[in-house]
Amino acid sequence: MKSPASLRNKVAIVGVGESDIGRVPHMTGLGLNAQAAKRALNDAGLKISDIDGLLTAYSFTEPYFMLGSVMCEYLGLKPRYNASMVVGGASPAVMLKHAAEAIASGQAETILVCAGENRATGQTRDAAMAALLAVGHPYFEQPYGGSIPGYYGMIAQRHMHVYGTTREQMATLAVQTREHALLHPNAHMKTPLTVEQVLSAKPIADPLGMLDCCLLSDAGGAFIVTSAERARDLKSKPIYLQGIGEYHTHEHLMCAPSLTEFGATESGRVAYEMAGLGPKDMDFAELYDCFSIVPMIELEELGFCGRGESGPFVAEGNTRIGGKLPINTHGGMLSHAHAGAAGGLFGIVEAVRQLRGGLGARQVEGAEVALVHNEGGILSSHCTLILANNKG
Amino acid sequence: MSQSLPLPVANADSLPYWNAARERRLVIRKCKECGELHFMPRHLCPACWSDQLEWVDVKGTGTVHSFSVIRRASDPAFAHLVPYVTALIDLDEGPRMMTNVLGDDALSVRIGDRVTLTFEDRGDGALLPQFVRASAEGRA
Ligand SMILES: [Zn+2]
Repeated sequence: MKSPASLRNKVAIVGVGESDIGRVPHMTGLGLNAQAAKRALNDAGLKISDIDGLLTAYSFTEPYFMLGSVMCEYLGLKPRYNASMVVGGASPAVMLKHAAEAIASGQAETILVCAGENRATGQTRDAAMAALLAVGHPYFEQPYGGSIPGYYGMIAQRHMHVYGTTREQMATLAVQTREHALLHPNAHMKTPLTVEQVLSAKPIADPLGMLDCCLLSDAGGAFIVTSAERARDLKSKPIYLQGIGEYHTHEHLMCAPSLTEFGATESGRVAYEMAGLGPKDMDFAELYDCFSIVPMIELEELGFCGRGESGPFVAEGNTRIGGKLPINTHGGMLSHAHAGAAGGLFGIVEAVRQLRGGLGARQVEGAEVALVHNEGGILSSHCTLILANNKG
Repeated sequence: MSQSLPLPVANADSLPYWNAARERRLVIRKCKECGELHFMPRHLCPACWSDQLEWVDVKGTGTVHSFSVIRRASDPAFAHLVPYVTALIDLDEGPRMMTNVLGDDALSVRIGDRVTLTFEDRGDGALLPQFVRASAEGRA
């Protein structure tokens, strides 16, 4: 397999922002994006006129076509580089890759990446579920009444069957993630959670219950990418992109090559190779967690534990803040927020904040290098990135 | 009751598939160049990109690769059926497809169960390929 041209240390993230999160009925989806963008711009200490590129994703809740152009219009931007990208939840990391490529090749200097939706109050819960049905194949999956939790439920069921993973282990992951969210001032969920509560929550699609499933939030997130040279002059501590890789194997679960092995292994391999680093070098990881089984599979795919060993790895507390490899230190999509492509974007925002330091009780001590993984569809599209607060 | 469930939608890739289903036959695509069998129907062989494909009948037997019992339907048309089973079935010929597991004992389904083909009447003469556990009586 050919390696992509190296983007190692070519760009840095210099600003991050998140909107008000949770139920924010007085704001539209575009408004949430705009609020996050403004906060990211202020965080970077940049002016509106410094932004010459914009990347954004998609919206299920508001009826916009060409969302990239729509965001430019809404924000009053006239960039020379712009696109709306749809690789599901992998979109934010893939947008960072495109931003890095554009900056490295001189097509733009400073790119705003934003995503988000008013998924909690912009539509009914049933409408949200119905919109998400589109993830299932329209002719060969949807006629069977499939659902996204059902598709991930089949993946979880297979993992339990092959490796002996238990519902308790999955519940433990959800509980740890909630513990982290309680340390985050802006997280959607603000109450503690027990394993018993996760296990007895309303069943959705066996073996997944309500608390194994991600939130539906009103939320927007944004980050600003610029060249490593330009980043040195800005007010925030630059967080360098050391490695990034993507991989795509299918869209619909019936066509997935495997139910236990997905594309994260390959996206991770490319990212590690570009960075010249491996799993043991990561101080923490922000892993996509639309359902409790997903970050467990990613722990295996990305080499943090052996194949089939994620259940014990999580149950032993390795993934807690203070553990061997803290994951989803902001509370992830299970407890911090999920709204369209913003869910995975918050993993990038959190990694940047951790790598800058100073987060108090939430801080991963001595954090210098982090891995972020985004996936989209039904573990269909994958993008892994490695961020560091130095050039390594 | 089943009339409220979605009808199959045929397109240029799949019209022969749905027509065969109306005759209670399950057909899949086979590549004449490399022999690859695949599901769902496409214009090209996904292994070698040959457009020389034929339709072949399957025996109608398979194994449950995984399943989920849906307790909350995302599509309101299925709400009255909960709990129901969606499953990935490995056909004995190789390709994998998603269907329901029907029958009175469907909720007892397990990975590795042998299943056999049946057809569910969705109205208007449309029959949807489905599976039942090998020992079970189908509802269709
Ligand atoms: Zn072929």
